Amino acid sequence: MSPDPAAEVVLELRGVSKRFPSGPRVAEALRGVTLEVQRGRVTGLIGPDGAGKTTLMRLAVGLLAPDEGRVMVLGHDATRESQTVQSSVGYMPQRFGLYEDLTVQENLDLYSDLQGVPGADRKARYAELMRMTGLARFTARLAGRLSGGMKQKLGLACTLVRPPRLLLLDEPTVGVDPVSRRELWQIVYRLVREEKMTVLLSTAYLDEAERCDEIALLHGGEILGRGRPADFRDPLRGRSFAVSAPGVGKRALQKALSALPGVLDAVIQADSVRVVTREGAGPEGLAAGWPGAVIEPVPPRLEDAFVTLLSSRERHRAPARAQGQGSHPARGPARTGPVIEVRDVNRRFGDFYAVRHASFEVASGEVFGLLGPNGAGKSTTFRMLCGLLPASEGTLRVAGLDLRHAASAARARIGYMSQKFSLYGNLSVSDNLRFFSSAYDLAGARQRERIGWALEQFELSEFAEAAAHDLSLGHKQRLAMACSLMHEPEILFLDEPTSGVDPLARREFWSRINALAETGVTILVTTHFMEEAEYCDRLAIMADGEVLALGEPSDIKRAQGAPGHPAPTMEEAFISLIEGRAKGGQSS
Amino acid sequence: MLRRIYALAIKEFLALLKDKRSRFVIIVPPLIQLLVFGYAATFDLNRIPFAVYNEDTGPAGRELVERFTAAPNFQQVAVLSSDAEVAPVVDSRTALMVLHVGPQFSRELAAGRPGPVQVIVDGRNSNTAAILLGYVSTMTADFSSEWLQRSGGSPGPARLEIRAWFNPNLESRWFLVPGIVGLLTLLVTTLVTALSVAREREQGTFDQLLVTPFRPGEILIGKALPGFILGFAEMTAIVLIATLWFRVPLRGEIATLYVGLFFFLASSIGVGLMISSLAVTQQQGLLGAFLFLVPSVMLSGFATPIANMPPWMQELTLVNPLRYFLVIVRGIFLQGTPFHLLVGQLWPMALIGAVNMAAASFLFRRRLY
Amino acid sequence: MSAASRMRLRGLVRKEFCQILRDPSSIAIAFLLPVILLLIFGYGISLDTEHVPVAIVVDQPDGDTAGLTARFLGSSYFSPVFVRDIGQAEESLMGRRVNAIIHLQPDFSRRLQRPDGAPIQVIVNGTDANTARLVMGYVQGVWQNWLSRRAAESGGVLAAPLQLDQRVWFNSELRSRNFLVPGLIAIIMTLIGGLLTALVMAREWERGTMEALLVTPVTMGEVLVGKILPYFLLGLGGMALSVAMGLWLFGVPLLGSAWLLFAVSSLFLLAALGMGLLISIATKNQFVAGTVAIVTTFLPAFLLSGFIFDIGSMPVVVQAITRVLPARYFVAALQTIFLAGNVWSVVLPNAAALAAFAVIFLGASRQKLRKRLD
Repeated sequence: MSPDPAAEVVLELRGVSKRFPSGPRVAEALRGVTLEVQRGRVTGLIGPDGAGKTTLMRLAVGLLAPDEGRVMVLGHDATRESQTVQSSVGYMPQRFGLYEDLTVQENLDLYSDLQGVPGADRKARYAELMRMTGLARFTARLAGRLSGGMKQKLGLACTLVRPPRLLLLDEPTVGVDPVSRRELWQIVYRLVREEKMTVLLSTAYLDEAERCDEIALLHGGEILGRGRPADFRDPLRGRSFAVSAPGVGKRALQKALSALPGVLDAVIQADSVRVVTREGAGPEGLAAGWPGAVIEPVPPRLEDAFVTLLSSRERHRAPARAQGQGSHPARGPARTGPVIEVRDVNRRFGDFYAVRHASFEVASGEVFGLLGPNGAGKSTTFRMLCGLLPASEGTLRVAGLDLRHAASAARARIGYMSQKFSLYGNLSVSDNLRFFSSAYDLAGARQRERIGWALEQFELSEFAEAAAHDLSLGHKQRLAMACSLMHEPEILFLDEPTSGVDPLARREFWSRINALAETGVTILVTTHFMEEAEYCDRLAIMADGEVLALGEPSDIKRAQGAPGHPAPTMEEAFISLIEGRAKGGQSS
Repeated sequence: MLRRIYALAIKEFLALLKDKRSRFVIIVPPLIQLLVFGYAATFDLNRIPFAVYNEDTGPAGRELVERFTAAPNFQQVAVLSSDAEVAPVVDSRTALMVLHVGPQFSRELAAGRPGPVQVIVDGRNSNTAAILLGYVSTMTADFSSEWLQRSGGSPGPARLEIRAWFNPNLESRWFLVPGIVGLLTLLVTTLVTALSVAREREQGTFDQLLVTPFRPGEILIGKALPGFILGFAEMTAIVLIATLWFRVPLRGEIATLYVGLFFFLASSIGVGLMISSLAVTQQQGLLGAFLFLVPSVMLSGFATPIANMPPWMQELTLVNPLRYFLVIVRGIFLQGTPFHLLVGQLWPMALIGAVNMAAASFLFRRRLY
Repeated sequence: MSAASRMRLRGLVRKEFCQILRDPSSIAIAFLLPVILLLIFGYGISLDTEHVPVAIVVDQPDGDTAGLTARFLGSSYFSPVFVRDIGQAEESLMGRRVNAIIHLQPDFSRRLQRPDGAPIQVIVNGTDANTARLVMGYVQGVWQNWLSRRAAESGGVLAAPLQLDQRVWFNSELRSRNFLVPGLIAIIMTLIGGLLTALVMAREWERGTMEALLVTPVTMGEVLVGKILPYFLLGLGGMALSVAMGLWLFGVPLLGSAWLLFAVSSLFLLAALGMGLLISIATKNQFVAGTVAIVTTFLPAFLLSGFIFDIGSMPVVVQAITRVLPARYFVAALQTIFLAGNVWSVVLPNAAALAAFAVIFLGASRQKLRKRLD
C-alpha cells in the first residue's frame, strides 16, 4: 500500500494536525496526517462529512496554518511561502467560488486578471476552456442562473484560466447529477493526460473514488488507508458474494442476511443482495433457509473496503441492524388502490414548465424512488405532493385526499424529511420532538409515550437536552427522521435524505426505511445515489419536467440495454436515458 | 387547534431567546436608546459657551454681565476688548454667543432711556440658536423688570404671568423618555416579527413547518403572539425605568396605556409580518424593517412636532400609528389625560392595526408557495 | 506598482462595479435612500415653530383687550382661536388641540389703569419642553411689542429699559433646513461608507468567493483597494446628489468652497469605509455586519454627532464618547463650510481628526485582513 518512491511528490503533508475552537471545546479537524500526492496522478481524498477533507485542502493552499507538522507544495512551504504556492496551484472551493451576479465571461475575465493571464493569450485559452466545458453558448448568462452542473464546470474553468501545476477540487460533485459528474471526470482525465496536471480531489462518493489513481481514506481527522483502489479491494477478494433467492423479496432477503453472524455487510444491488462476509467466514452459511438460493462470488468494491475498515473501528455502529418499528402498529389490510396518485400534473412558473404532464401512482407499502438530473422537476413534484406548492393543472391525491381541497387533512397523514437539516437548531432534541408532536396534535400521555419511543428507537436519549445543531450529521439525520415519524404517518416523503452521509449511516438509514415499509408505510424518496435507486420497489426517472421512465429498477435497466451491453448498471441506464433525451431534443 | 398554536408560540419564544442574534436585537437597541434619550439627547442647553464684550464701565453693565456669568446654563469662555475680536471667537465656534454691552449703557439707563445691548448668536445650528435666544430674552426681561422696580418706575400697565402645565421646569427628558416607550416597542416588535419567517426560510425549517397540519392562519397567530407578549413586557419595563429611574411623572390611567399599546402592537406586528412574508433572507428582512422604521420614527412627532411640517406631509403622518401612540403615551405620563379625550387617537390606530393584520394575512397566504 | 498588480486591481474594481450595477439594494442604499432621507428631513424635520394654535379667553371684551388680541392675530407665530370660557380652553390644552392659553380676566381693562398693572395669564402645555419654550418666547415678544406700541400712542415713557438687539450670524433666519441638510449628508455618507461596505464585504465571506480570491496571487492590499475605490466613488456620487438637492431644492447656501467640501468629505468617506471594512472583516456575516454597522455607525451619526442634539449640553461622559465618532468632526466641518465659509480654525482640526480616523480604521483593516481563514 505504499506509493511509488520514484515518482515526484507535488504535495506533501508530514504529521499535520489542525484544531479549531468549537464553543467551549476544541475540535480536532486533523490528527497527525501524513500524505503525499504524486505528479501526474489523480489522488482522491475520501471520507464522510466532517472527516477533515476541506481542512486538508485549505492547508494545502495556505489558507490555514497547521498547528503541528508541515505542508510542502512543489517544494515550497505552504504556510510561509503561500504567495508562491498560490501562484502555481488551482483550487476550487466547495461552492465553486463564483460571483453569481457576474456573467460567465465576467467571471472568466476576473480570474484571468487575478491570475495575471496576459491579454494576448486569453482568446485561445477561453476558446479551449469553453470547448472543454461546453459553456460557449452561455458566456453572457449570469453565473447564478446556471444549473448546478454548469456552475461546477464554470468554477473549474475559472481555476484553469492559467494552467496550474496542481489542481485541488473540494467536493466538486456534491449535489450534481450523474451526467454532470461524468462530464467533470472526463475533463479531469484530459487535464491529467494532456496538460500533465496533478489533481487532488475530495469526494463522498465511493464509486467516483474508484476512478482515482490513488486514494487516501480520511476519517475523524486521521488517514485510515492510502493506496491504489485495488490495494483497498484486494484483501476482500473471496469475501464478496451476490445472493439471490427465487421467490424471496430482496428486502426480506437483505434483512435476513444481515442478521447472520458471519455477515459483515449486506446491501441490495440490482436484483440480488450483495454480501461481504467476516474474515474467515465462507459463503456456506449464506444459503441456509432458502432452497434454490444462488450464491455467486463477485469482485469486491471500494465501498466494501470502506465499510469493513470503518465498522471495525466503530463497533457500536453495527451496520444494517434492522429495527422493528416498536409501537408503530402494523397497518390493517392495506388500502386498496394507490396511496399517491399523480395524474397529468403540470406546474408552470410564468411560461416555464417545471413539471409537464407527470403521471404516476404509488401503492401502499411501496418504496418509490424519484430520480433525475438537477432541474428535472423532482423537487417541484415533491413539493406539490407535500402540499407545499399547488399544481397548475391535474390532480394530486395523497392518502385518498385531494390536495386541492384537503391539504391540511392530507398533511396530517404524511411525514416529511428534507434534504438539508431543517429542524430548529438552537432548540434541544427533546424540544424539537415536543414541538413536532404537538404540531401533529399529540398531547398528554400519548405525546410522552411517542417522545420516549423516539429517544429510545433512534438512540438519542443521551443527547435529549443537547441543542440540535451541536449533534453530528448522523444524529441530526436520526432526529429529523424521528420528528417526521412522531405522528405515525401513512406516507413518508424523503428528499435526498442521505446526501453527504457516510456509507455506514446510509445503511442504518435504509434499514429503518425498510422496516417502516414492512409495516405498511408508503415511502417516496429522491436520491442522487444510483445504488440507492436499486433499494426502491419502483422508480420514476424525470428530466426537463417530464417522466421519462417508470417501473421496477430491473425493467428500467433492461429497457436501456444495448445489443452489445445487455445488462447496464443503474447509472449507465440513467445516463443513457438522459442523453437519449438530450439528443432527441436537439434533433427535433 | 389552540394547543397547536400554543406549541408554536412556545417554540417561537425558545428559538428567539436561544438565538444569539435575536437576543442582541431584543436587548442592545433598547439599552442604547434608553441611555441616549435618557441622558444624551436633550434640547435643553447647558454650559453655553459665551464671550463678554463690555464697553460700559458703569454698575448697570457689570450687573447685566454678572447675571449671565452666574447663570448655570452659561459658561463664560472669553472677555473681548474690541470689535475685531468678535468674529474670530464666533467663527471658530469658541463661543456660541457674544454679549455686547454698549459704552453708554449705564448712563442711558440712569437717564431713563433704553440702554443698548447686543447679542450675537452662531446660527449654524438654528435650533440651538433659537433656544438660546429664548434664554437670553427671558434673562434680559427679568433684568428689566427688576431694574424698574428698584428705580421706582412703573412696571408697565400689564404683566405676563406664564405657567407651564404638566412640565413646569420644561425638561426635555420628560418629553423624550416617554416617547421611547413607543419607539422601542415599535423597533423590537417589528424586527422580531420581520425576521422570524425569514429566519425559518433561511434555515429550511419553514417547509418543515408547512408540511405539518398547521393552517396558515395558525402559523400567523403563532408568529404574532410572541411579538405581543414581548411588546407588553418591554413597555412595562420601560415604564418602570422611566418612572423609577428617570423620575418622569406617571399621572394617568395605566390601563388606558395598555389598551393603546394593544392596537399599536397590532399595527406594528402587522407590518413586521408583511415584511416577513416578503423577505427571503434575514438580511432583506433587516433592510425592509430599516426602511420602514426610519420614516415612521421621523414622521411621528417623536423629536420634532408634526405641526411644523408642511401640510401635505402632515396628512401623510395620519397613516403612521406611532403618531397616535406617542400622543397617548405622553398624554398619560405627563397630562393624566382621561380615556375619553384619547378616543380620537385610539380609533385610527385600531383601524390601521386591522388593515395591517389583514394585509399581512393576505400576503402571508399568497407567499406560502 | 507592477503590471500584474495593476491588472489584478483593474479586474477587482471592474468586478465590483458590475456587482453594484446589478444589485438593486446597492443602488437603493446609494441613491434612493439619500433622496428619501433628504425629503423626509428637509420637509418633515423642522424645528421652526410657526402658527402655534393658542386659545384666547377674554372674559370681558372691550377696546383694551381687542388691542392686545389683535397683536396675536397679526403675528405669524400664532393662529389663535377665541374660546368662551377657561374650562373649555383647558380641555383643548389637555387634548393637544392648542399649545397655550392666553387668559384676560374680567377686570383686565380696569386693572390696566392701576399702578401694579393687569395680569395676562398664560398657560403653556409643557409636555414638549422645546416647543413650550419657543412659545413662551413668542408670547413675550408679542407682549413687549404691544407695550411699546401703547407707550408710543399715549406718549409715555418706554416701559422696557433694556433695548435688546439680537443678531444671528450665518443663518440669520434660523432655518432648520440649513443645518439639517449638512448633517444629513454626513448620515448618508455613513450609510454608504459604513453599512453598504460592511454588507458587500461580508457577502464575499458568506458566499465563499473570498476563499476563491484568497488562493489567487492577489495581495490583501489589492483586495482592500479594490473594495475601497468603487465605494469611494459611489459615496462621492451619493454626496454630490445630496449636495445638489440641498442647494437647489432646499436652497441651502454654500459659503465655503466646493473643493474644500470635496476634500473633507473624502477624508470622512475613507474613515467610514475603513469602519465598514473593519466590521465586515471581524464579523464575516452579512446579518451581524449589518446590525453592528447600524448600531456603531448609523445611530451614533444620527444621535451623537451634534446633528440634532447639541453636544455641548450632553453629560461629560457622553461628550467623551462623541470624541471617538468621525461623524462628529464631519458634521462640525460641514456646517461651517456650508453656512460660515472656509473658516480654517474650524475646518483644519476637524479635517485632521478625520484623517487620523481614516488612517486608523484602514490600517486596522489591513492588519486584520489576512490571507488566511483561521
